[in-house]
Amino acid sequence: MDEIDRRIINALQTGFPISERPYLEAAQALGLSERELLERLETLLQEQTLSRFGPLYDAEAMGGALTLAAMRVPEERFEEVAGIVNGFQEVAHNYARRHTLNMWFVLATETPEQLRDTLDEIERRTGLTVYDMPKITEYFVGLKLEA
Amino acid sequence: MPNLDEIDLKIMRATQAGLPLTARPYHTVAEQLELSAAEVIERMRRMQELGVIRRIGAVPNHYQLGYRFNGMTVWNVPDEQVDALGQKIGRLDFVSHCYRRPRHLPLWPYNLFAMVHGKSQEAVDRQIERIAEILGDDNLGSEVLYSTRILKKTGFRSR
Repeated sequence: MDEIDRRIINALQTGFPISERPYLEAAQALGLSERELLERLETLLQEQTLSRFGPLYDAEAMGGALTLAAMRVPEERFEEVAGIVNGFQEVAHNYARRHTLNMWFVLATETPEQLRDTLDEIERRTGLTVYDMPKITEYFVGLKLEA
Repeated sequence: MPNLDEIDLKIMRATQAGLPLTARPYHTVAEQLELSAAEVIERMRRMQELGVIRRIGAVPNHYQLGYRFNGMTVWNVPDEQVDALGQKIGRLDFVSHCYRRPRHLPLWPYNLFAMVHGKSQEAVDRQIERIAEILGDDNLGSEVLYSTRILKKTGFRSR
């Protein structure tokens, strides 16, 4: 990653145009050619410096449902429970965290009913309580990372 | 839910993994979906106005950019104050997500979540102190949950 890549990442985290030639517009603002911007974006994606380039949709605005859930998993059962939880395709992320509640996962489903059903099914299959922590209010989402 | 139809959902499915890296990306999407480019552009602009598209652009990989330290900070603040405080904390430039979530007493007394990111543990420690300063006497207790392992990361289907 060189100085030009850094400028691209810093400038293009928001505000990419919806227009005929959006890469051309973005490139001109950066003093680059359209071709160079496209090539560099392709490399940044291949190297996984960027995890994605494109629109970020709001799952809930699309009618879907999302929640954060936590479990208190006995150490000796941790791998087994992780296997059960990860087996649900509705589980998008799952993290081990240092806390009494030691497993934290995000569920994303197309409807709120599927969310409830999945949480119930996880409780049934693991025999453990799932603490559901849906967002009540969102104060901020998004972060500009300085490259 | 805003009025989205099947065509909007098709456009969403076709672009959520990324926008084509072609000179006319919206035309490329339109060709795939057998729509006109003008329609794709118009519908995507509308979805952006409605907030269904939160933003368009580069989504950097935190780790690759050196942001290897992240902590889920959780705070117990009075319910009457949580909105005002959440907005203040959400405005901090190192906070990526800030939400009010339900408590689960007695095990879990926290109602305000803020995810912080830094390039060093010291940076994250300073960020946490900064949040505690802002909350002042309304900070009735807090914890920081560091992740020890990623057990699964597939990315959202639609986010």
